[in-house]
Amino acid sequence: MMRGCSRTRLTQNQGTAVCMTNCPTLIVTVGLPARGKTYISKKLTRYLNWIGVPTREFNVGQYRREFVKIYKSFEFFRPDNEEGLKIRRQCASAALNDVRQYLTEEGGQVAVFDATNTTRERRETIVQFAEQNGFKVFFVESVCEDPDVIQENIVQVKLGSPDYTNCNTDEAVEDFLKRIKCYENSYETLDEVLDRDLSYIKIMDVGQRFLVNRVLDHIQSRIVYYLMNIHITPRSIYLCRHGESELNVNGRIGGDSGLTPRGKAFGKKLSQFIQTQGISDLKVWTSQMKRTIQTAEALDVPYEQWKVLNEIDAGVCEEMMYEEIQDHYPLEFALRDQDKYRYRYPKGESYEDLVQRLEPVIMELERQENVLVVCHQAVMRCLLAYFLDKTAEELPYLKCPLHTVLKLTPVAYGCKVESISLNVDAVNTHRERPENVEVSRMSKEALLTVPAHQ
Amino acid sequence: MIVMVGLPARGKTYISKKLTRYLNWIGVTTKVFNVGQYRRDATRSYNSFEFFRPDNAEAMKIRKACAIAALKDVCDYFTREQGQVVVFDATNTTLERREVILGFAKENGYKVFFVESICDDPEIIAQNIKQVKLSSPDYKDCDKEEAVADFLKRIECYKLNYIPLDDNKDRSLSYIKIFNVGSRYLVNRVQDHIQSRIVYYLMNIHVTPRSIYLSRHGESELNLVGRIGGDSGLSPRGAKFASALGAYMRGQSISDLKVWTSHMKRTIQTAEALGVPYEQWKALNEIDAGVCEDMTYEEIQENYPEEFALRDQDKYRYRYPKGESYEDLVQRLEPVIMELERQENVLVICHQAVMRCLLAFFLDKTARELPYLKCPLHTVLKLTPVAYGCKVELVFLNVEAVNTHRDKPENVDVDREPAEALETVPDHI
Repeated sequence: MMRGCSRTRLTQNQGTAVCMTNCPTLIVTVGLPARGKTYISKKLTRYLNWIGVPTREFNVGQYRREFVKIYKSFEFFRPDNEEGLKIRRQCASAALNDVRQYLTEEGGQVAVFDATNTTRERRETIVQFAEQNGFKVFFVESVCEDPDVIQENIVQVKLGSPDYTNCNTDEAVEDFLKRIKCYENSYETLDEVLDRDLSYIKIMDVGQRFLVNRVLDHIQSRIVYYLMNIHITPRSIYLCRHGESELNVNGRIGGDSGLTPRGKAFGKKLSQFIQTQGISDLKVWTSQMKRTIQTAEALDVPYEQWKVLNEIDAGVCEEMMYEEIQDHYPLEFALRDQDKYRYRYPKGESYEDLVQRLEPVIMELERQENVLVVCHQAVMRCLLAYFLDKTAEELPYLKCPLHTVLKLTPVAYGCKVESISLNVDAVNTHRERPENVEVSRMSKEALLTVPAHQ
Repeated sequence: MIVMVGLPARGKTYISKKLTRYLNWIGVTTKVFNVGQYRRDATRSYNSFEFFRPDNAEAMKIRKACAIAALKDVCDYFTREQGQVVVFDATNTTLERREVILGFAKENGYKVFFVESICDDPEIIAQNIKQVKLSSPDYKDCDKEEAVADFLKRIECYKLNYIPLDDNKDRSLSYIKIFNVGSRYLVNRVQDHIQSRIVYYLMNIHVTPRSIYLSRHGESELNLVGRIGGDSGLSPRGAKFASALGAYMRGQSISDLKVWTSHMKRTIQTAEALGVPYEQWKALNEIDAGVCEDMTYEEIQENYPEEFALRDQDKYRYRYPKGESYEDLVQRLEPVIMELERQENVLVICHQAVMRCLLAFFLDKTARELPYLKCPLHTVLKLTPVAYGCKVELVFLNVEAVNTHRDKPENVDVDREPAEALETVPDHI
């Protein structure tokens, strides 16, 4: 189930073939080239995977590139190019085939079918395909007539496309604009009347305005909410942990201790760093734990405390050293190493739980512009995994050292990361997955990767 | 300022009240200002639709004065009462009226978000009139047919001058247009977080008739011995309740009932007895009592007398050390409420504090009342939306259980005697 940590307990099979809320969803993009369809597809896919909904995007252009191998010019896309049309139709079919496989055999829950899909005829084909296979369809159309935005898109993501590796900028732009023209004549936008029975969101002018029709279920409602909160205004997100804490130094996890002298020094360095970044209107967020608050205090700017940014609750293991956990709960310790993402400390939380409670933070980060988030190791791993599209396997082992700021700047289809160490020494708190994760392992094997501490 | 727009009987007041209830529950102080109410206070008695004729100059004066009076009270609410959001509930169907409001907002530095409800389905309108207009003070001395006929003429009066929000002319305004009770929405220029939450909420509510059943788990082992929190299983009486619950729900004959539980044994065991699929939500777990988990009130008084007193002083905001407050609970339950709005028939098997929070949402209880709402074991609360609110039926399933409700004691001072603190503790083994 999509909420990440709820499980549906099924008893008997009801035996109906009716489309229930658990049936897979096919998201279909619609729009002329350079309207942000792939940007939206990738971002949405990243978000859904992060909240625990297995999602994959299928970019028909990619299929075309694999089939045609060398792109010559916009002529391929001319509406009177029979050969081109045949290939494009085949590519769409191949992609739909892979969609079917993903949703029915590979455990996928959402597939994003990323193509122009600008004719009603093409969309009808897709709707029929979905009906045959028991998939729900949700269209996401991006409409934009602002030439500046389109130009920016072309510069950001088209010039670097494999289609234009051997062209200079001007040639590429000219060819691409002609490519767009090929689609314009046959473009049938989703119509309020003709398409009133379809489920869709029409995004106009990069999120200025939305038309939402017939949202059918929870996942569609979440998708709409997400799409209505994202923006493309340039900005940076700064992630860092609190300064080194007393418990950190003693190798203890969790708790609510204050900063060490080195931790305080980090606070000052952080303040200087932020000033040099020269950001207008920076928002600063912390958790409700002493160590993040004390760190933010050193910045001498207003900050907002979020309880949901609190560190992962280690339950019965709160304030213990890894050595003590191995001593008192060797079984739990091993189970955690076996599946660090899903493992839940007794009376505590799992990374999976963390992701769920951090979702409103992510949503608000999407709405905001420049933000500095002062948080904790496990929390930062979760947030970082969202921005860098890391899997549940990788997430709990992402490196988030103390006294290091990660500056994330959205660029093209992803995120540029700059890692900035503020040159204040701190203890290492990163424990790698040990080789032996068996319950029967020796203490020594369990504690092999514990970082040094006092 | 949220400004409603739409012809009469388009659900503006329904949306206003529901939205206000939601915003207050999540901690955003909100109030509705219904201009029709001002009109009723100003004119003493309603004669007929003639009052609303666009050529009735005298009435127009009164109606404008009412709007202005309401706006003045809006101002007072924002400045003197620290309100955060106002819902200005009136037809606001003319450009002129909306200009007045925009001007007023600009002068005072308020953001404006319009919510327009557009509906031309005659059945929905007839249903609205039946549900909320016939019982209005305007029609208390009329028979049904007269009232309906008059109201329809009233709507016609507004139609003549109705200018909906225009996609071109009003493109610099922030608004949501709701078509035909939510089958379609047009959203323009959402400015900030609260507007985004409002849009999300409005897009998730519906008017399909349904019932929500709230119940606690069956009596647990820890309940019996007066201990709070923990993760114990059902007592024999608790198990009996679970069967009774199964029988009761079957008796309700609901098609497509969803059943939700928490991740704790006692709710899961209760649901198991129903023999139907259920979904577990961690967010439905009982309030975390932190250091006081598994303690009796007597033990809390002995070990943490100061904390115990502080809790009695402000039970809503008080957070157990290393635990949660009711305020925290509301925040973690928000996705549950959102999904309850989307769903139809649902049975939620949860816990005392959790149930109090959910109940407070449906019955519009304040933060002060919330932590003292009565949610006894072995009692199902059946909530059915009706008109502008919620009908509640309390169904006790005839299986005895211990009482777990502790009222606020008289003395909440930190220096009180243990006996005073423990005065209201319910009996237990």
